[in-house]
Amino acid sequence: MARNDLQGSLDLLVLKTLSQMGELHGYGIVLHIQRASDELLSVEEGSLYPALHRMEMSGWIRSEWRVTETNRKAKYYRLTPAGQKELQSAERSFEQLVKGIRAILRYA
Amino acid sequence: MSVFRRIANTFSRSKLHQEIDAEIQSHVEMRIADNMAAGMSPEQARRDALLRFGNRVVMRERTTAADAATALDGFGRDLRYATRQLRRSSAFTATALITLVLGIGANVVVFSVLNAMLLHPLNVPQPGNLYHVVHKQQGYDNQSYPDYKDFQTKNSTFSDMAAYRVEFAGLSTRDAAYKCWYYRVSGNFFDVLGAQPAEGRFFHASDEHGPNSAPYIVLSNGFWRTHFDADSHIIGATVDVNKHPFTVIGVAPPAFHGTEVFIWPDFWMPIVNSPSGDTAEYLSNRFSHNLMVLGRLKPGVTPLQATGNLNAISQELAGQNRADDGLDARLTKPGWMGDQFGAPARSFLAGIMVLAFLVLLAACANLASLFAARTADRSRELAIRLAIGSSRWNVLRQLLSEAILLSVLGGALATLFSTILLDALTRWQPFPEFPIHVTVSPDPRVYFVALLLSIGSGMVWGLVPIRQIWATDSVQVMKTGGAGTFVFHRFTLRDLLLGVQIALCTLLVTASLVALRGMQRSLHAPLGFQPPGVLLADTDLHMGGYPDASTTQIQKRMIEEVARIPGVSSVGIIDETPLGAGGSSTYVYRMGTTDFRASTSAFDAKYYSISPGYLNAAATRLLTGRDFTWHDDAKGPKVAIVNETFAQRMFGKASPIGQSFLLGQGALYEVVGVVENGKYESLTEAPWAAVFFPLAQSSESDTSLMVRSPLPPDQVVPELRRVLAQIDPSLPFVFHTWLGALAFVQFPARIATATLGVMGLLAAMLAVTGVFGMAMYSVSKRKREFGIRVAVGAQPRQLIGSALKRSVILLLSGSIIGLLLGVVASQLLAQIVYEATPRDPLVLGGVLITMALLGLVATWIPAQRALRIHPARLLREE
Repeated sequence: MARNDLQGSLDLLVLKTLSQMGELHGYGIVLHIQRASDELLSVEEGSLYPALHRMEMSGWIRSEWRVTETNRKAKYYRLTPAGQKELQSAERSFEQLVKGIRAILRYA
Repeated sequence: MSVFRRIANTFSRSKLHQEIDAEIQSHVEMRIADNMAAGMSPEQARRDALLRFGNRVVMRERTTAADAATALDGFGRDLRYATRQLRRSSAFTATALITLVLGIGANVVVFSVLNAMLLHPLNVPQPGNLYHVVHKQQGYDNQSYPDYKDFQTKNSTFSDMAAYRVEFAGLSTRDAAYKCWYYRVSGNFFDVLGAQPAEGRFFHASDEHGPNSAPYIVLSNGFWRTHFDADSHIIGATVDVNKHPFTVIGVAPPAFHGTEVFIWPDFWMPIVNSPSGDTAEYLSNRFSHNLMVLGRLKPGVTPLQATGNLNAISQELAGQNRADDGLDARLTKPGWMGDQFGAPARSFLAGIMVLAFLVLLAACANLASLFAARTADRSRELAIRLAIGSSRWNVLRQLLSEAILLSVLGGALATLFSTILLDALTRWQPFPEFPIHVTVSPDPRVYFVALLLSIGSGMVWGLVPIRQIWATDSVQVMKTGGAGTFVFHRFTLRDLLLGVQIALCTLLVTASLVALRGMQRSLHAPLGFQPPGVLLADTDLHMGGYPDASTTQIQKRMIEEVARIPGVSSVGIIDETPLGAGGSSTYVYRMGTTDFRASTSAFDAKYYSISPGYLNAAATRLLTGRDFTWHDDAKGPKVAIVNETFAQRMFGKASPIGQSFLLGQGALYEVVGVVENGKYESLTEAPWAAVFFPLAQSSESDTSLMVRSPLPPDQVVPELRRVLAQIDPSLPFVFHTWLGALAFVQFPARIATATLGVMGLLAAMLAVTGVFGMAMYSVSKRKREFGIRVAVGAQPRQLIGSALKRSVILLLSGSIIGLLLGVVASQLLAQIVYEATPRDPLVLGGVLITMALLGLVATWIPAQRALRIHPARLLREE
């Protein structure tokens, strides 16, 4: 239950996005999270890049400069095996958190 | 991987900034494009995109901060923190550094010598497949020229074989004359070694066409520079070697100095020629064994296969030639005159390497206990760090990086110092009359070993506090203030390490004292002659151009003239002084022997040619019979004087006078006198049988004139020089005292004593710091306890007793174990040092006094400190 804070959930969202979509740039990640959550979640764009950078330093993701379909240069991120593992454990601990919160809400 | 990225990132912060800016820029542009596609105006689209991002500068800072936070987790912080810690406790750092420099320095020096002497001794291409061909029996390393030729032509395992011997001659040009050491070598010598000339050319096998066919010499680079000013016009010039003309055809490259590690000769000469001009006999005589044979193995052939091949040839030769009876072959590494010096030198160096390693181990033990004490002192700090969430691994890594930082620093300093020391060793020339240089220069291998030793030793002593850290209960430590948690009545690993160190120190002190006493005793050993008061004048009559037939006349005249010098009590001549650099032995046979082979001989005896009066001049006691006279010459019957061992082995209890024995070619000799036993090759040898022949019956040109006089040498030498110059002004003489000449046989013992002494000193310093550290630590940890004891009336004696009990117990038990080990080690020493025995009251007393002094030095200050504890002040401080 150590890292079930907001930052933890942002990491989870980014990792999950990358595991589903393969390769994406930062803007693409923002759009995907918004779309996939039916506009319920919107990532604060100012927090995304520090998070991406930290995750890259931890070896969970790798990055590469590439050209988009609209001929723009963008940095594409992709999951590493270490990131894959991290995603699994993050999913597990998120399930725990949700279970815990639900249990408290049901209590009474 | 990311560690390096992080370090790179901290250095290229601005590049990181640019990248983040670019990434955000592309994000914003994509948002603007989408916004416009959704129907916003360009300004609206831009504003919205930027708003979503918030403050871009803050964002960028947050991104780099995420990076820096992880970056600082790595070494950088550890290293910086370690440096700060070490600078803060400068006493600890200094002690640790000195200890390390001593330990690592000793190892680097010894390893450099080992590396230079043994691991790649020969400065020629592919030295790995070069081997000496020697006999199976230890100490019999020489071959005869015909045997060399047979080995060379009949073998199938060597690509080629060369032969050489080291000799001594006078070289003269029109302007000057020099005494030189040189090699006589087979024509293919340079080609087998793969050497290329620096100037002119080398001679080759194709230059040899029988005796005296190649009157050429090749100069060594050093000789060419110092004696001919590096003048290339010397190529093609003629010089005289012992008054015989030779043409200088080339100069060797600077690093090439033949095939012996220590010897730097002045020139090389083809073996088919000789400075005396008569080589035919020598080249065909299978009986004179005085060549070193060096072979280069064919690629893919193992030494074992080659040995088998050579032994098969040996058997074939033994069947064909009487002289080759019992011939066999063995391969040995070149560079040390075969095995004669190689085997003892190798085992000696290996032994010293082990000692040096033990010193390093002692240093590590010392540092480990120092470090453990320091960790204990810092237990409170460590406990706080653990309590606020630092992981044990982090704390450990921190301590380990301190240890390794110190070790690498110590290793660097040690390498620096040892380089200076080795440089001095390289310039050292132990014997002025021999061309001996000890060239040791550290190479990459040495630096690699130094680095390895530093890091290795850092790990060893850095890992000792692991248990301490793992066992730290932070709450407990913080509550009690750290001091109370360390138990002092139990013996710990620290004590064991210290005990080992003291034992080691005692061992080294014992060994060096044993060696020192042996050296001292060897000066008064019964040598069979008395060197003090004797001057030697060495010369070779061949250098004066005298043929063998006339040498006796000249020698007789020299003795007669010199005997007339006032103050000279006796004069004689011998061909090789006993315990000098040379000496030969021959098989002797009992009467009635008709088949002369090694297996039918009575034994092997040292032989010398002496003049009448030599025994007197050397002060060798004649036990029975008579000395030679000048009438024992070629016209008279062949006579000999033998030593006690010879007489006893040849004739048993019977009186030897008047009895006879035979030599190799069946020559009969009658014994006319018996002299006392002596030392002939080394001080530690077992008694040799020796036989002396009259100079007039076995002429020798290369001799030492032995002059005994009660006057100091500098009063006799000028007169001696004048008298000898009157006989022949062109004859070169070398004057020296016999005691000085003995330096050569004492060299191994001296080196051993010096090395052991230095190692012993190192170990003693380490032991003192070790005991001192422990005693000091125990006193400072128990200050409170002592204060209370003083307050309740403890006497100084009791205080010191309990403060130093442990150190004293360790000192005593360590010393006893070390002394016992020393007794065992002395048996090894006996091979190099004369009469090495620890059963000598002076040695035992010396060791005990040394250890007691060390103990006193190490515990004096801690004891004073324990006594000065003032309970009132202590309580106030608390």
